[in-house]
Amino acid sequence: MNDTIIISIIMTVIGASTPILLAALGELIVEKSGVLNLGIEGMMLIGAVVGFAVTLTTGFHLLGIVVAMLASTLSAMLFAYLTLTLTANQVATGLALTIFGIGISSLMGEPYVGKTIEIFSSWFPASLAEHPQLRVIFGYSPLVYLSLILTISVSYFLKKTRAGLILRAVGESDLSAHSIGYSVIGVRYAAVAFGGAMAGLAGCYFSLVLTPLWSEELTAGRGWIALALVVFAAWKPSRLLFGAYLFGAIMTLELHAKAAGFSFIAPELLAAMPYLATIVVLALISLRKSSGLAAPACLAKPFKPST
Amino acid sequence: MLIELEKRKEPSQTMLYLTPVIAVLATMIVGGILFTLIGHNGFAAVKEIFITPIIDTHKWQDLGIKAAPLILIAVGLSIGFRANVWNIGAEGQYIVGGLAGTGIALLTWELEGWWILPLMCIAGAIGGALYASIPAFLKTKLNVNEILSSLMLTYASIQLLYYLMRGPWKDPEGFNFPQTRLFNDSQILPEIIPGTIVHLGVPLAFIIAIIAWFVMSKSIFGFQIRVVGSAPAAARYGGFSAKRTIWMAMLIGGGFAGLAGIFEAAGPFQQMVPQFPTGYGFTAIIVAFLGRLHPIGIILGGLVLAVSYVGGEIAQTSLGLPNAAAGIFQAMMLFFLLATDILVKYRLKLNIANQAGDAS
Amino acid sequence: MTEKTDYRIELSAITKSFPGVLANDNVSFAIKPGEIHALLGENGAGKSTLVKMIYGIMQPDEGEIRWEGEAIKVANPKAARKLGVGMVFQHFSLFEAMTVLENIALGMDAKISQNLLEEKIREVMDVYGLKLDPHRIVSTLSVGERQRIEIVRALLLNPRLLIMDEPTSVLTPQEVAQLFETLRKLSATGCSILYISHKLHEIKELCDQATILRGGKVVGECDPKQETSKSMAEMMIGGDLKQIEKDVKTEFGDPRFVVDNLSQVGEGDFGVALSNISFSVRAGEIFGIAGVAGNGQNELLMALSGEVPTSNADTIKLDGKSVADQNILQRRKHGLCAVPEERNGHAAVVDFSLSDNAILTARERMNLASGGLIKHSEARSYTDNVISTFGVKTTGSASPAGSLSGGNLQKFVVGREIMQNPDVLLISQPTWGVDAGAAAAIHQAIVDLAENGSAIIVISQDLDELLAICDEMAVINEGKLSKTLKVGEASVDEIGLLMGGIHGDPNANQDSVENAHAH
Repeated sequence: MNDTIIISIIMTVIGASTPILLAALGELIVEKSGVLNLGIEGMMLIGAVVGFAVTLTTGFHLLGIVVAMLASTLSAMLFAYLTLTLTANQVATGLALTIFGIGISSLMGEPYVGKTIEIFSSWFPASLAEHPQLRVIFGYSPLVYLSLILTISVSYFLKKTRAGLILRAVGESDLSAHSIGYSVIGVRYAAVAFGGAMAGLAGCYFSLVLTPLWSEELTAGRGWIALALVVFAAWKPSRLLFGAYLFGAIMTLELHAKAAGFSFIAPELLAAMPYLATIVVLALISLRKSSGLAAPACLAKPFKPST
Repeated sequence: MLIELEKRKEPSQTMLYLTPVIAVLATMIVGGILFTLIGHNGFAAVKEIFITPIIDTHKWQDLGIKAAPLILIAVGLSIGFRANVWNIGAEGQYIVGGLAGTGIALLTWELEGWWILPLMCIAGAIGGALYASIPAFLKTKLNVNEILSSLMLTYASIQLLYYLMRGPWKDPEGFNFPQTRLFNDSQILPEIIPGTIVHLGVPLAFIIAIIAWFVMSKSIFGFQIRVVGSAPAAARYGGFSAKRTIWMAMLIGGGFAGLAGIFEAAGPFQQMVPQFPTGYGFTAIIVAFLGRLHPIGIILGGLVLAVSYVGGEIAQTSLGLPNAAAGIFQAMMLFFLLATDILVKYRLKLNIANQAGDAS
Repeated sequence: MTEKTDYRIELSAITKSFPGVLANDNVSFAIKPGEIHALLGENGAGKSTLVKMIYGIMQPDEGEIRWEGEAIKVANPKAARKLGVGMVFQHFSLFEAMTVLENIALGMDAKISQNLLEEKIREVMDVYGLKLDPHRIVSTLSVGERQRIEIVRALLLNPRLLIMDEPTSVLTPQEVAQLFETLRKLSATGCSILYISHKLHEIKELCDQATILRGGKVVGECDPKQETSKSMAEMMIGGDLKQIEKDVKTEFGDPRFVVDNLSQVGEGDFGVALSNISFSVRAGEIFGIAGVAGNGQNELLMALSGEVPTSNADTIKLDGKSVADQNILQRRKHGLCAVPEERNGHAAVVDFSLSDNAILTARERMNLASGGLIKHSEARSYTDNVISTFGVKTTGSASPAGSLSGGNLQKFVVGREIMQNPDVLLISQPTWGVDAGAAAAIHQAIVDLAENGSAIIVISQDLDELLAICDEMAVINEGKLSKTLKVGEASVDEIGLLMGGIHGDPNANQDSVENAHAH
C-alpha cells in the first residue's frame, strides 16, 4: 500500500525531528537572551538517563520527564553560574558541560544498560492511535504534540509578550537593558534554565519514546544538530519548526532509501547535510545583512556592567 | 553568600598561575565525592585516574603519546584564542589533516623512501589549514561566526572520514572492514625510544610548543595576535590588519591540528580507521585554557589531561568505570578553572567571619 | 533641614566611593518643583555617579535622599520611575535593532497595549513639539532623533523630576534651542529638571539654580543668571583659568599636509560618508576641525591617519608625497602620527603595559623592534622617557594602561606620539575627559610642537578649545567640511550655524534645521 509507506515515512520524520525541535526551542530562547550554550548535548544526555532511570524505577513516564527536566536544568544552572555570575567564557564552559554530560550520563546509566521500559506512547485511544490512516494524526507520543504547542508558545512569547520583548532587548543590548533597570543576569538565568529544561525534555524523547532504552551517548550528536538548527532558522521559531522537519527528513532519508531498495546518494553526505546547510544559511544571512535576521547582538559576549 | 568580590587594581600574576593548580586539586576532591555519591569508590577512582599513571613508570610512554596531540592542537588553538578567534573545530581539522596525510600514504603505498613521511606531514598540516580556511574565509568575507561554522565543519568531516573508509579508501585486502590498508615502514613515525611506543611526533610536539612560546613572547607577530585579540580598534591603529590576523590564527590552528592528525595516523594508528576521532580537538580546548593560553602552561596542561586519559583507561580495567568517566574529571577541571578565574581580577573579601568555602 | 515640603528632592551628605576614588564626598543640595537645576562640573567631578544614585543604578555609601520630604531608598531604576524620576542618558540606552515603539515600551513599567502606547506617544509629541516615527528601526535614526526617543520615553511616565545627563553634547546649537523650549514647557507644568552639563552658556540660558561639583564635592551654589561664565568656570575648575602661551602667528611655512577632494563611502550601518573634503595645513600651523559628534570626525581621522586608506593616492599629500593609498604604518614612517579620540581600546590597549602600548605605535619610528622581534629594553626606556617628559603619574612602564586615570593615560598617549617628533600630527579630542591641569599641559605640548615646524590638525567638539589653540579652522557636518575660517575672524554664531549644516544663511529658521537632519 502506497499510503502506508507515506504515513510511516511521515511518522519517522516527525519522530526524528521532535527531539531536535525541543532542544532547539530551548537554545533559541537562550541565544535570544544573548547567551550561547554549547552544552545542549550534555544536558540532553543527563535528561535522557535521568528520565529513563526514574521511569524504570517508578513506572511513571511523567515523573521521569519532570525529574529529568529538573536534572538538566540543574546542569544548566551550573553553566549559568559560571558564565553569568562568574563571567566565564561561554564557549569553553558549554563544551565542558557537554563533556561532563557525556561522562556523568555514562556513569549514572551503567546499571540501566540493556533494560527496557514501556514506550511513552500516544494518549489517544487505540482506535485512533493505531488506525492505519488516522495514526498519522493521533499516533504520536504526547511529547510530539507538546513540541508543537511549545513552538507556538515560544513564537507568541517572543513576538507578543512583554517578557519576550525584554528577553530580546537583553540579547540585543545588555548595557541598555541594564541602564533602564532590567536585570540582565536574571533574564539570562531564566533563559538558560528554560534551555536546560527543554534539552532534558529532548533527552527524554530519546530514552522514553524513540528507543526506549538507555545506552552510552544515546543522543548521538543530535545536540549539535539542534544548535545548527537554531542558526539555520535564523533565530525564528516558525522557521525552527520547518527546519526541524527538514533536518528530520534528511536524517531519515537514508533509511527510507534503503527500504525502497535504492541508494542514489552517499548516506554520509546526507548525514553531513544539516551541518553543511547550516553553514550555507549562516553565509546567506550575513550576505543579506537585514537586521531582522541577524544573530542577537550580544551573543556569547559576557555581560560586565561598568560598575 | 557573605563573600564579596573586590576588583583588584591589577590582575594578580600569582593567581593566574595558581588557579590551574587549585582547579586540578579541587577536581580530585570534588570528583572523588561525586563518584562516591553515584555509588563508586570515589577515592579509588581518583587515585587510579590521577596518581597511578604518574607513579607507574610503564605508563609514562602512554602519557607522552596522549599529551603530544593535545599539546600540539592546544598551542595552535591558543594562538587563535588570544587573537579572539574562536576556532573550536580543531577536531575536524585534526581529522582532515589525518586524512590528507593518509591520502599521500595511500598514493605511495608501493613506494619507499625517506621523503614520504615528511610529505605526509606537510600534507597533514596543509589539509588541516585548508579545512580551517573555510571558517576563516566565511569570517573575514562575510562576518560569519567562526564558533558555529568551525563546529559544523567538524561534524561534516566525520562524515567525510566515514565515507572514505566505507568507500574509496577501503583496504581491498581488508575483508571488507571499513579501514585503510596499513601504512608501510616509510610511512610510519619512527620510535625514538627503542622498545617503547614513543614516536617522533612526541618530541616534535614539545619542540613546536617551545618555539611557539618564543614567537608569542618575543616577536611582533605574537604582539599582533595579542593586540588584535584585546583591542581590535587599537590593532588597526597600530597598523595590524585584523583580517590577516584572523587568517593566520585560523591557518596556524588548523595546521597544527592537521599535523597532530597525521602524527596520530602515522604514529599509534599506522592506518586510518573510523575510530580515528577521539575528541582530542575538543579536549585540547580544555588544555589551552588550563595552560592559560601560554605554550609552556599548555605543555603542563597537556600532561595533566594525558594523565586523566591514561588513568581513565586504567580505571576502566581495574575498577570497571565506563570510558567516559575520565571526561567527568576533564570537564570538572575546566569548570573549576573557569570558576576560580575570577580570582585573577578580583580578590575575595570576607564580610563577616563565615565559613563558606564551597567552591561552586 | 527644616523645610520639608518645599522641595521635590533633597540630597543630604551623599557619599560614594569606588576602590581608590571618592566619587562623591558629602554632597548636599535640593531642587524645588518646577525648578531647572544645573549640576555643573568638569568630567570626572562626580556628576554621573550622583545622578546614577538618584536614579537607583547605584546606592550611596552614606547620606540620605528625601523625596517630597520623605526619606527614601531608591533600590533600582524601576523604583525611581515609580517615584516619578525620569532620566535621559548621555549614552543612550537604546536597542538598535528594534523599533522606536518597542524601545519606548521597554522603558514603561506598566503593561500597556501597543495601540494605546502609540496614541500616548503621539499625544506627548504633540504637546512638546517632538517629531518621531514610532515604527522606524532605531539604527536608521539620527542622533538627535535617538535622543528624542529617550525624552519621549521619560515624558510618558509623567515625571516630576527629569534628569538630563549632558543632553546637548550631540546636538547642534539649533537642536539645543529646540530642546530648551521643550524643557521650559515641561518645567512650566511643575516638573523639576536636573540638568547636567559643563557648558556654561547653556546653564546661564536655561537654569534657575546651579550646584557646582569639583572632585566629588559641592564647591558652590549659585543663580547662574547672576553669575558670569568666568566666575562659574573658576568655581568649576578651582582657581584661575590657565592661559596657554601662544603667539598670534601670521607667518607659516610651506604646506605640509594637503587634502584635496577626499571622499569615502561610510562603513557599515552607522558610518558617515566623507565627501569632497579639502584643506591644507602649513608648517607651524594648528588647524582645527569643529563639529557635532557623529558627523564624520572618526571617519575623517581614520582616513587621514591611514587606518582606512583610499584608492586615489593624490587626495592626501604629505610634504608633497601622495599618501592616500598608503596604510597607517607607511604614513607613520613618512612622518604622520595620529591620536584617535577614544583612549580605551583605540589609542591604547587597556590590559597592556605602557611599554607594550609604546610598541603599538612607536616601534618603527623609535626603533623598538627589528627583524620581526621586539626590543623590550628599548621599549621600556622610550616609555620611561615619555612618562618623565609628560609627567605621567604611574608606577612605571610595566603598569597596565588601564590602571592610569583618564588624564594621565591621555598625557601618555599624546606624549607617545609627540615624542616621535612627527612632521604632521593628527589629534582628535585631545582633552576629552581630562582634568584642567592635564588639558593645559596637552595644549601646551601641541602648541610647542607647532612652534618646531610641525603641521597639526586638531579635531574637537569643544569649540573653546579650538578657538584657544588653532590658527585656522573648519567645521565638519554630515561628512562635509566647510570652508576654512581664520580663528579670530569667525564668530561663534557663524560656526554654530555651520555645525548645524546651514551654510551662509544666518537667519535660517528651525524648519530648515529639521530638514537638514531628516534623512
